Amino acid sequence: MILDYALTFAFLCFGFGLAMNVYRVFRAPGVPDRILALDTMVVNVIALIVLYGIKTKSGINFEAALLFAMTGFVSTVAYCKFILRGDIIE
Amino acid sequence: MNGMDAYIEYAISALLVIGGLFGLVGSFGLLKLRDTMQRLHAPTKATTVGVGSALIASMAYFMLIEGKTSWHELLITLFLFLTAPITANFIAKAHMHLAIREEDMPATGVGTDWATYDPEMEVVDPALLEPVQRN
Repeated sequence: MILDYALTFAFLCFGFGLAMNVYRVFRAPGVPDRILALDTMVVNVIALIVLYGIKTKSGINFEAALLFAMTGFVSTVAYCKFILRGDIIE
Repeated sequence: MNGMDAYIEYAISALLVIGGLFGLVGSFGLLKLRDTMQRLHAPTKATTVGVGSALIASMAYFMLIEGKTSWHELLITLFLFLTAPITANFIAKAHMHLAIREEDMPATGVGTDWATYDPEMEVVDPALLEPVQRN
């Protein structure tokens, strides 16, 4: 019973966080802020996937979360590398 | 056993609430803080703790209430904890090169200048480029 309330609360928190990150992606003073907001979006979406796994009582979603973590890391590093050097793989 | 289950449920609920609050604070800091270097601080620490807490809650839920042991969450936690500092380092470097000039940086205090502004640091060691002797 209390677990359902806590789950809903966590869903709302991470959802609001995701909305703030979307705002920061569109309104940012510089490119590194946008990359940071995208990276935080990936982390928040991983949390949402994990919470959805608890809600549906299935362990299927964790592979998706793991893949999301990997692609998020690689894309952030690639974006930063592109800004730093103008090229991703030299 | 029923009372024990209630305590487990309270513990998992507390973890979920803590994780949600940390995630919210981390994302809010991204909007609220003034400087890019300060904004870098908020999500890389708070959101990692938030997601880690949610993952521990998930692991405890499946292990103690559903009776299924799963190690996927531990993998995700490990991966996030390993990659978060690397990501933060790259973003900080990109910000330094885009927005901060080398003259404005504080002194390193170790006798040499900042390595990321040193053009010689990017050059590959010539010894590595020579062909390997095979016999």
